[in-house]
This record gives sequence, C-alpha cells and structure tokens, in this order.
Amino acid sequence: MRRPAAPDDAVAEVPHAIALELRGITKRFGPLLANDGIDLTLHRGEILAMLGENGAGKTTLMNILFGHYTADAGTVRVADAAGRLVPLPPGRPRAALAAGIGMVHQHFTLAEALSGLDNITLGTEPLWRLRRRTDEARDRLERLMTRAGLAVDLDVPVGSLTVGERQRVEILKALYRDARVLILDEPTAVLTPAESDGLFAVLRALAAQGLAIAFISHKLGEVVAGSDRVAVLRAGRKVAERATAGADRADLAALMVGRAVAPVRRAARAPGPEVLALEGVSVTGPDLRSRLDRADLVVRAGEIVGVAGVAGNGQAALARLLFGLARPAAGTVRLQGRTVNRFDPRDVVRAGIGRIPEDRHHEGAVGAMSVAENVAIEGIRGPFQRFGCLRRRRMAARALDAIEAYGIRCPGPDAPIRLLSGGNMQKVIIARALDGDPALIVAAQPTRGLDVGAVAEIHRRLLDASGRGAGIVLISEDLDEVFALSDRIAVMARARLSAALPADTLDRTRLGLMMAGQAAELGPTPVRERRPA
Amino acid sequence: MQASLDLLFTVAFWGAALRIATPLIFGVAGAVLCERAGVLNLGIEGIMTAGAMTGWLAVHFGAGLWGGVLVAALTGAGLGLLLAGLTVKLGLSQHVSGLAVTLLATSASYFGYRLALPAAASPPRIEPFRPLDLPVLSDLPILGPILFQQTALTLLAIAAILGLGLFLARTPLGLAVRAVGENPAAVEAQGIDVHALRIGAVVAGSALMALGGAFLTLSAFNAFFFEMVAGRGWICIALTVFAGWRPAKALLGAVLFGAFDAFQVRLQQASGGLVPGQVFLMLPYLLSIAALLIGARHASAPKALMRPYIRGER
Repeated sequence: MRRPAAPDDAVAEVPHAIALELRGITKRFGPLLANDGIDLTLHRGEILAMLGENGAGKTTLMNILFGHYTADAGTVRVADAAGRLVPLPPGRPRAALAAGIGMVHQHFTLAEALSGLDNITLGTEPLWRLRRRTDEARDRLERLMTRAGLAVDLDVPVGSLTVGERQRVEILKALYRDARVLILDEPTAVLTPAESDGLFAVLRALAAQGLAIAFISHKLGEVVAGSDRVAVLRAGRKVAERATAGADRADLAALMVGRAVAPVRRAARAPGPEVLALEGVSVTGPDLRSRLDRADLVVRAGEIVGVAGVAGNGQAALARLLFGLARPAAGTVRLQGRTVNRFDPRDVVRAGIGRIPEDRHHEGAVGAMSVAENVAIEGIRGPFQRFGCLRRRRMAARALDAIEAYGIRCPGPDAPIRLLSGGNMQKVIIARALDGDPALIVAAQPTRGLDVGAVAEIHRRLLDASGRGAGIVLISEDLDEVFALSDRIAVMARARLSAALPADTLDRTRLGLMMAGQAAELGPTPVRERRPA
Repeated sequence: MQASLDLLFTVAFWGAALRIATPLIFGVAGAVLCERAGVLNLGIEGIMTAGAMTGWLAVHFGAGLWGGVLVAALTGAGLGLLLAGLTVKLGLSQHVSGLAVTLLATSASYFGYRLALPAAASPPRIEPFRPLDLPVLSDLPILGPILFQQTALTLLAIAAILGLGLFLARTPLGLAVRAVGENPAAVEAQGIDVHALRIGAVVAGSALMALGGAFLTLSAFNAFFFEMVAGRGWICIALTVFAGWRPAKALLGAVLFGAFDAFQVRLQQASGGLVPGQVFLMLPYLLSIAALLIGARHASAPKALMRPYIRGER
C-alpha cells in the first residue's frame, strides 16, 4: 500500500492511502481492561464506523488517539502531509492536532460564553502575538463553510446556538486546523433525526474531498447508512471488521452484543385490578414541560401503558407527579384503590412505586456514591437499617446479587457509580426500582442513549415485571419502544394526555399524526433529544 | 448637606477618590485576571500585605522606590505560584488554599518585619513617591489635578487595568485565558496547556495585587503598619463580582468605592462629632453592598471558576 520510492505529492494523491494506523492499543483503568490489543487502519476518503456497546472501549480508544489518555501499550502512526506514516507521540493533544487529527467529542469542548470564531481560533495563533487576526480567520472560515456545506453564525456566543450548530462549530474547529483525519464520538447522540441526516451529508462531502473520517456509534441504523466500513468493538477488543455494503444488520448486532439479539415481544395478558388511576389531574408549572392539564389515566396490574410524545410536552410533569416530586393542583390520584393525599417521595417509595427517572446521572443515581449505596438508597429506612445504623454487609450482598442478576459490568459493589457506563448505571437503577416487586413501575425514557444489548435487557426486565403483575407507565419518545412493550398507548401533547388506546389498534403513522398534529400548534418544535431507532 | 454635596464636584475630592482607589485598582485587576482564568484568589489580602511590607523594606534598605515596586511584584508572584501549585496543580479547594495563603502571607510579613527591624519602636519612614508634575498634562484644567498630579503608581494602576482589558479582548493569549475560565476542556482540545495557562494567570494576577499593597507603603503612607491593608483585598473580591469580571467596569467600581470613602471622610469632618465616627467608616461598605445588589444581579461568572481541571479524569 505504501510506496516509499514515489515522489511525495504522488503519494498524497493516492485516493485510498492510509491516513491512520493503530497497532496493539491496550489501556487499563484499574482492574478494567478498556482496550485490549486493538489494531485499526483508516484510509483517506473513507468513513469508518466504530460500532460497539457502551463500555466496549470506543471512547477510550479515541481519547488515546487524541492524547487525552496515554495507552499502556501499542503505537499510533499518522500520515503526514506527504502521506508518510510517522509515529504519534502519546499523551499530547497538541501533537495530535499538529499531526492533523481533529476530534469532535461527545460532550463538546466549547467555551459557551465565547463566540464560534473565538472557539475556533483559540490556540491557532502564536500566543504571544499582540493582536488577534480575526479578519483573516473569518475569511478562511467562510470559505471552509461553503466548501463543506456547513453554515453557522460565528459571532454569537456558542451557548446560544442549537446543539446541531455547536457540533458544526466543532467540525469547523478541526477543518480550520487542516485536519486530515476527523474523529467523531457519538455524533448523533444529541441530534434530531433531521440534524443527523444533515451531519452525514456533510461527512460524505468531506470524505469526498479526501478527509479520513471515523465515527463512533452504537446505533446500527446510522452505521449502515453512513459508513463505508465498520469495525465492531466488544469488551475492549476488536471482534470484527466488515465493508458496510452487504453487511447484515442482525449479524452486526450479534457481533456487537456477543449473542443473537431476539426482538422482545409482549404476550397478551388479561389485565388485573386497577393499580393507578388519575382523574382530572392537573399540575401547574412555569413552562410546557412541567405542566399537566386534566389528565385521566388508568393502569391495571400486569399492564404496560405507553405514553408517547415529543419531548417537552408535559411528560416530565407526569413523571414528577408519579415520583412524588410534584403536587397536583387539581384532580385525584388513586394508588391501588386508595386516594393519595400526600405527595412526597418518601410516601411514594413506601407505597411501592418503582421509579426509573429520565435523567439517570442527576436524578437516578448519586455519582460519587458506590454501586451498593445506590442500590440500597431507597431502603435506608427499611431493610438496610438497624438501630439507626446502615447494614453495610446486607447492602453489599444486595448489590452483588444485582450485579450478577443484571450482568452489570463494574469493578465491584464499592465502585463509585459514576465510573459505570450509561447502560450499566441504568441497570443499577432498574435493579433498585424492581426490588421488592413494586405494584406500579414508572419508567421515564428508560433506554435513552443505551445500546442494543442494554435496551434488550431492560425491555426484558420490564416485561418480566409486568408478567409478575406490576402495572407499568412507560414514558418514551422512542416509538419502536412504545410499540414493542405497550398494551395500551396514550399520547402526550401540549400537556394534555390522550385516551390510552389498545396498541394493536394503532400504527406509527396514526400515532405520529396524534403527536405532530397537536404539537403543530406549538409553533417551533420544542428542543428534543430523540434518538432515532 | 448642601455643603457635603458641593464637595462632590471639587477637583480635590476626585483626586482623593482616585488616590484611595489606587490599591483597589491594582487588586481588582489581579483578581479579575485570576478569576477569568478560573481561579478564585482569596490570598489577595495576604498578598497585598506582603507586597506592602517587602516593597517598603526594600526601599528602606536602599533599593530605591522602583526597586521596591519590583520586589513587591516578585513577592506577589511567588505567593501566586504557591497558590497556583495548591489550586491548579493539586486541584485543592480554592477557598481553603486562598485563606491559607492570606494567613501565611500576613503572618510572615509581620514576622519578617520584626526579623528585619528587631529594635525599631516605630517603623522607620521612607521617602515615598512624589506627586507627578508633568509638563502640559498636569496643567490641564480639571483632568490635570485629578489625573496627572497623582503619583506614578496611580497612573500605573490605571494603565494596568486598561491594559488588562485590551489583553483579554484583543490578544490570542487573552482569548486563551478567557476560554480556560469558561471550559478548560476546550483549551486542552485546542492543544494549549491548561495548567500552565492558569498558573501564569495566577502568578501575574498576584503580582498586580502585591503592587496594590506596595502603593500603601510607597505612595499613600511612608511606612509599614500592621493591619494597614484593612480588608482592601476583600473589597477587591467583591468589586470583581460587581464589575461582572470586566476590567473597565472594575476600574469604575474601584473609583466609585474610593469616592464613597473620600465622601465619608469629609462627611465625618462636616458632622462635627455629632454622629459616632464608626457610622461613617461603615458607609462605603454599605454603599458597596448596595452597589453589588444593583450591579451584580445579572453578572455571569466564568463557568469554570473554582473548578480544578484534572487531565484524563472520567
């Protein structure tokens, strides 16, 4: 592939010359082997997808490449401007930048109070220069934007841009530094479907101009649609590498998870007695997302009721009400036939509601506390306490049970939960919510941002719970999820909850119309963080 | 009351206000620089004390006035390096580290004073900076007496804080300082060393703070006394918030505080002992709190202020 004898510019013209080469990359975090001898090659003009579940080591690999982490073993070589492969000094972002590697992190590295222009030019001029040359920078950026088909306002603070626009600023940052290799970490995680399509169009255009592009994803759909080649990572190892054309989705899913993933199916059940009833319940709030307007809903034992809708239409209010965090301004709430008068998280826990909150990092778990403490936290007035002291051993035993039963990948019950990947953190939360067989489970976006394997596991758990007789309220923006699990489906729009209709009388089109038809009156669509199925 | 309001418009009054404001201008310039880089420097009170002491001592031992200024700046830089080591390199609590530096620097200054002059019953006087007499400029109407009949350090303070404003707004390094106070990860991703940047800002900022102290001994008074900084450092921390972390507004705030203080002195003289003097001493602080309430309501702090940056942390 390499032709050392050829003149430099000839090498640079070879369309599929190697741009980047990783050999035997290994990285440990304590007892966790995050990367295990990974080899990878990236060519000019191609888009490589790195597919893997959360915790498979994708992000670690990218951070090593960019110098945020230093690998314990292995080498990285990058093509220089003339196309020759030169070793990249480890652990130095500046060296990676100089070698033409641009990275778009999952969590953007932008200073929000500064403008796009400031963020892009930061560090590109000699620091001791007395005056910034913003005019030249602006001219160059205008040209880059035209060439790549990216448009963004460079003069307003980045914090006032939409997520999609911020991502464009990040891409421009790399292009402005003449990146020859562009790496994107979970680029669509925060984008709407339309924004994702726009992003892949831009990436295509950039690849056609000779850029080598790698993106990380756990979403099969976009991997198949947006890449030329796919490398599958699992548990820190590269397990497969395929040309995307002709690759089979089910095959890729199985490689990623390590076993065949059977789609979940709900079985028809006869619903039992009523476990939750809302009658004309209203919640007041400052904005649409925290308001609920005269909601009626009945959930019976053994039944899953899906609540679909575009984010920000009052789902949060419904969840907060059922979590005991919000008080109704009007209407009655009945739990297992008894009218609820006190709305307090403590009473809700005691009444046996399993709670799976929407934001697992901020509401679902306490990051600095251990897995065991997070598992036990709702029971510290109950089974995990004796004479006012915590029963540490019982907590650890419970956590070990959960780790085993749910296949939670973590160093142990004493590890701080913030070290866990999103999917594993969610499994801890589910284990806690399902502990003690609650009569009612309220799950808000239970699988948002999770990979195929974790999603299937969580769906199975919820179906099992309903099979044991729990009533479940499933609040989700993911229509596939709503259809796969729900017996009846209600739609939330403009803080109003529609009647819950049997799932088999509905189809996606009708549901979409219910969501959009009512949402159309809103004017601009509320900010949504929907993940495409 | 009419008389007291009239004096607000005299040249002498605003000259005094600017004189009183000078140490605050140095101090707040240093505080703004540190905080824009994301480090709260509560060592300021001690750094000002140390600057006042070492600068004065250097002059006393024959270093010359500008030699004293240099020694004070170096003292401040050294203490800034200590603080930066604790807060930036080690990522320790900026509150605790800053207070520790203040306590250390204050006590060390008093100790150093006793060590250097064991026999002195009262602090020996030095010959301080004289008010400038510049051709043309000093003879300008109004502006001349207010601005150009000050000592050189006052002009230096104003130049320093305006220069800081230009530095932050116009230079690549200033942009990097602003960015590191907002999001260190953004700076790291652009290949700039976050720690070096923050340490540099804290060292330079602390040197400015020390100059504020040196003004007290080399220009305002002619000797070093215990407790002479008297909370000016803390005022600077408040002024920084009042100014919304903007140098030009910080200059305005410092002069405003100087004016309050000058006003209270004159009011005290005018009241002829009817009201206890402490009431007037309280006045500038009360007015500062009021100004803070009005001026700082909508100010937004640098987002990464007080957040240490540790590389590779998950």
